[in-house]
Amino acid sequence: MDDFYKEYILDHYRNPRNFGHLDAPTAVAEDLNPLCGDKIRFELQVDADGRVSDVRFSGKGCAISQASASMLSESLKGEMLEDVARFSQERVLENVGIGISPARMKCAMLGLKVAKSAALGEIAHWPDEER
Amino acid sequence: MIAERDARAAKIAADFPLLAQPTSRGKRLAYLDSAATSQKPQEVIDSLVHYYTHDNANIHRGVYELAERATEAFERAREKVARFVNAAEPAEIIWTRNTTEAINLVSFSWGLANLGPGDAILTTQLEHHSNLVPWQLLAAKTGAELRFIEIDAEGLHVLGDLDEKLRGVKLVALSHVSNTLGTIAPLADIIPRAHAAGAVVLVDGAQSAPHFAVDVRALDVDFFVASGHKMCGPTGIGFLYGKRALLDAMPPFLTGGDMIREVGYEHTTFNELPWKFEAGTSNIAAAIALGAAVDYLERVGMDWIGAHERAITGYALERLQPFVARGLQIYGPKDIERRSGVISFNFADIHAHDLASILDIDGVCVRAGHHCTMPLMEKMGWPATARASFYLYNTERDVDQLVDALEQAARVFKVA
Repeated sequence: MDDFYKEYILDHYRNPRNFGHLDAPTAVAEDLNPLCGDKIRFELQVDADGRVSDVRFSGKGCAISQASASMLSESLKGEMLEDVARFSQERVLENVGIGISPARMKCAMLGLKVAKSAALGEIAHWPDEER
Repeated sequence: MIAERDARAAKIAADFPLLAQPTSRGKRLAYLDSAATSQKPQEVIDSLVHYYTHDNANIHRGVYELAERATEAFERAREKVARFVNAAEPAEIIWTRNTTEAINLVSFSWGLANLGPGDAILTTQLEHHSNLVPWQLLAAKTGAELRFIEIDAEGLHVLGDLDEKLRGVKLVALSHVSNTLGTIAPLADIIPRAHAAGAVVLVDGAQSAPHFAVDVRALDVDFFVASGHKMCGPTGIGFLYGKRALLDAMPPFLTGGDMIREVGYEHTTFNELPWKFEAGTSNIAAAIALGAAVDYLERVGMDWIGAHERAITGYALERLQPFVARGLQIYGPKDIERRSGVISFNFADIHAHDLASILDIDGVCVRAGHHCTMPLMEKMGWPATARASFYLYNTERDVDQLVDALEQAARVFKVA
């Protein structure tokens, strides 16, 4: 059963990657999961081509929500903004790599929800021809 | 003596079929979430089945034998609950869906009729959302002020300034027992002072009525509310106790069938107590099964249940103590006489939800989160806590299973 929370989950929980803030983020979003009190904020730096050049996340909460967001932040770097907006739940679950019960799915998906909402918010500001 | 008590609890556990059911991982179930909802003894389950199999008819309407039998069983259940809390008469017991609906009934009926600008409502900082949100809305609607009895870091009521806080207060609404901290409210101190200030007192008994003997007349409480599903009864049934003089003077809450005496196209007169407050067809089967639950609890003995829970809580606190050096934090009153069978805790840097998930793998059911007391959690600075709560069927073996599962969590999270 020790594999329920694998070593890398704890590592991401205790040493989250890309944790903190950007000086001048292009897109920002945050949300919370009132069930657990999980909070996550994503900040994206988007270059002129629409590619995510840098990413930071911040927040607090359970290991599942924080590790999932940390791993997601690694996946997002270098992605086109449209691909962030289309990033699938399946890919997040692959990243997490452990069984997530239905009750904990919201924890695992909070980071994705926030990152997508940052990307969609930014895309909504683009002129029509660039969408 | 201790072994004798535990043996009786084990025998009681055998009355609850669900507790014998292993988890999907084949683990023995250690159900430590009775503050959320209790398990049900076979005779309560049988009562539901018996009603639908043999006695089902609508009440207070039919003149045939079957309808009379249903009505009789429904009203007998009311008598049982009235006796259980020592109400002066069964008409002072109003069926509701649950504690929340009972509080809303008082808020909408008594509250809207009796409160206005310049009046105040006094509650506490540890209330369940169900005993806070209705008063927030009532205050907003009537212009009344909402005040709070402070809760200290240990989870105890701060009463030094109570008389001052009671000035202008028309309603005091507070929990008998905190669902998050287990704190037992010092009602014997608060209620006479509230009455002296001219206030009416509502006690939320959701976490007390199931666990020890409650005497509404000895407490001299004006309204007392509780839920059936936390006291071995089914979901969908709860009750409001109110003093007759108050209930008689209150306007109806929900309106429609059954709560009327005479209806014309323009005008209606209302039924007498308790039916004035029971519009529409009630949850008849659940009310009758709650009567069966009360019979069951009384046969075991409320004093025995209270003593057993104190003993099992004491045992749990003793077994948890060694974890404190490893980062376990236990919240709530230190004096066991001032707390009920609820233990909230956090372990090292393990989030309560992760902890609950890991304990679940070993068959241990605990609640994790804010326990519907978000303002209290915010005040205490806890994002979430894990909570173990005990009932008559819990044994030392359940506590031992919790302790073993905590060791497992320590291993998984590499807590030294």
